Amino acid sequence: MTWKWESQRNQYGRALVELGKERGDVVVLDADLSSSTRTSDFAGAFPERFFNCGIAEQNMIDTAAGLASSGKTVFVSTFAVFGTGRCYDQIRQSVAYPKLNIKIVASHAGITVGGDGASHQIIEDLALMRVLPNMSVIVPVDSNETYKVVKTVAETKEPVYVRIGRADVPTVTERDAPYEMQKATVMREGDDVTLIGCGIMVSKCLEAADELAKHGIAARVINLHTIKPLDEKTIVKAARETGGVVTAEEHSVMMGMGSAVAMCLVENFHVPMKRVGIPDVFGESGACDELMERYGLTMENIVEAAHDVLKRKK
Amino acid sequence: MEIYDGEFISELEAIARRVRAHAVTMIYQAGSGHPGGSLSAADILVALYFHLMKHDPKRPDWPERDRFVLSKGHGAPALYAVLAEAGYFPSAELESLRKLGSRLQGHPCMRKTPGVEMSTGSLGHGLAAGNGMALAAKLDRKLHRIYVVCGDGEMDVGETWEAAMLASHYKLDNVTAYIDRNKLQLDGPTEKIMSLEPLADKWKAFGWHVIEINGHSMKEIINATNEARTIKGRPTAIICHTIKGKGVSFMEGSLHFHGKAPSDAEYKQAIKELGAEPV
Repeated sequence: MTWKWESQRNQYGRALVELGKERGDVVVLDADLSSSTRTSDFAGAFPERFFNCGIAEQNMIDTAAGLASSGKTVFVSTFAVFGTGRCYDQIRQSVAYPKLNIKIVASHAGITVGGDGASHQIIEDLALMRVLPNMSVIVPVDSNETYKVVKTVAETKEPVYVRIGRADVPTVTERDAPYEMQKATVMREGDDVTLIGCGIMVSKCLEAADELAKHGIAARVINLHTIKPLDEKTIVKAARETGGVVTAEEHSVMMGMGSAVAMCLVENFHVPMKRVGIPDVFGESGACDELMERYGLTMENIVEAAHDVLKRKK
Repeated sequence: MEIYDGEFISELEAIARRVRAHAVTMIYQAGSGHPGGSLSAADILVALYFHLMKHDPKRPDWPERDRFVLSKGHGAPALYAVLAEAGYFPSAELESLRKLGSRLQGHPCMRKTPGVEMSTGSLGHGLAAGNGMALAAKLDRKLHRIYVVCGDGEMDVGETWEAAMLASHYKLDNVTAYIDRNKLQLDGPTEKIMSLEPLADKWKAFGWHVIEINGHSMKEIINATNEARTIKGRPTAIICHTIKGKGVSFMEGSLHFHGKAPSDAEYKQAIKELGAEPV
């Protein structure tokens, strides 16, 4: 399959500038990574509403809390590894607990950071954010969806964590396709098995569905962009109608999207399931493609998992 | 700028005595809490809420109000007592501290308690949150001020200094930080656990205007705060030399009463010293 590859970060920057034009209450904070996260676009357009906090993520989150409690809609950006783990207590105490209007849009998540290596490849951010009460968790699938997610979450008054990547990602949605927060998107219909992906792995699920189709297997593909709150209805319906589920995420298989789906299915409709994701290990330096292969995040891995599920279905 | 007569000051001191009695009673009734740091900060809170701050207990969300952040969240009993005395909620509610279903959580929760501006408790967060409020005020061209009370133990926290740097960088002259310098933290004297001195020099080096006062003198708290209001282009830190447990003889300078409720006998003695009636 030939994809058009585009940057999610560019669309984040574009959406922020539009928000800045539309609304005077939008302010943006970054921690010395604005040219990488693209909040620099907003900084250029609205310098008085942009606050660089330097390399001090804990301070940045609490400063955001004060701005939000004063009525601002606050976007906070840095690399996902620093924007979650490094300031977890601040997010817990000053964002989630008081349920403040803060959107943490974290870039450079997952192993596709590439050469920077394990120190920068956060594979546990979804787990960390999922367990916080009051926190919504979203993984936009591509650049088009990133734009829509940013515009949509700005309309809410509550904390949201949005995870985007460093690398360009395949564009799998149309620019004018509607986007609904909390509603998983069925990308392709099928009744033999369900492939649920988030982020860059949705494109791999679509490729896997093509591959499975060659063997007469009709796979349903779901883009589960919102990990929390979870669209249990769409997930359970798919499990009921296809009888088997594979999840695929660029995240540790521990407590990420696949775990959320597994918990939902165990309690609601038990079907054979397999989680494709990064095993319980740290990453390493390498090119994106090499890392995706090394850590089991390929189309082939999804196809193999689907066959395993199909075998157990019978 | 000494414009206050003796009678006015003694009124504030009387309120502070009531606040101390409330705080000790609440902690006694709850069976847990932090008397030492509540009593050391009581005078600062009273001076702010009963003289210095522009606020309206009938309208806790009045946009023009001054903001107060208790960064040392374990001093919650003193804050709740001040808020009740000021009229944010009935004093009768104070006995619900730390009890199931209460609006008065063990540490301040902005979603539950009227008048609480920021949820605190995990130490070292409050100054940064106050800075955010100050940035918002400047953006909105509002003249209200932000007052933050920090414990001296919070000077151990790296984020305190990150926030000190940010306030200075963004010239937040609408921020005043009070450092409750009671010289004791949970494990012992601050200088033994983690040396803070020379503390004033540290704040000066971070670009702050620094004033050192007796944190139990209403007159000094008021004069220092008025001085802070005249300082342009940089924030002010007021190092308030205080006594942990101030007002109750056997709690003063006592490590034991950092985070422990008084016994029945201790409570009776404490309330007697504070000139109030036991519950």
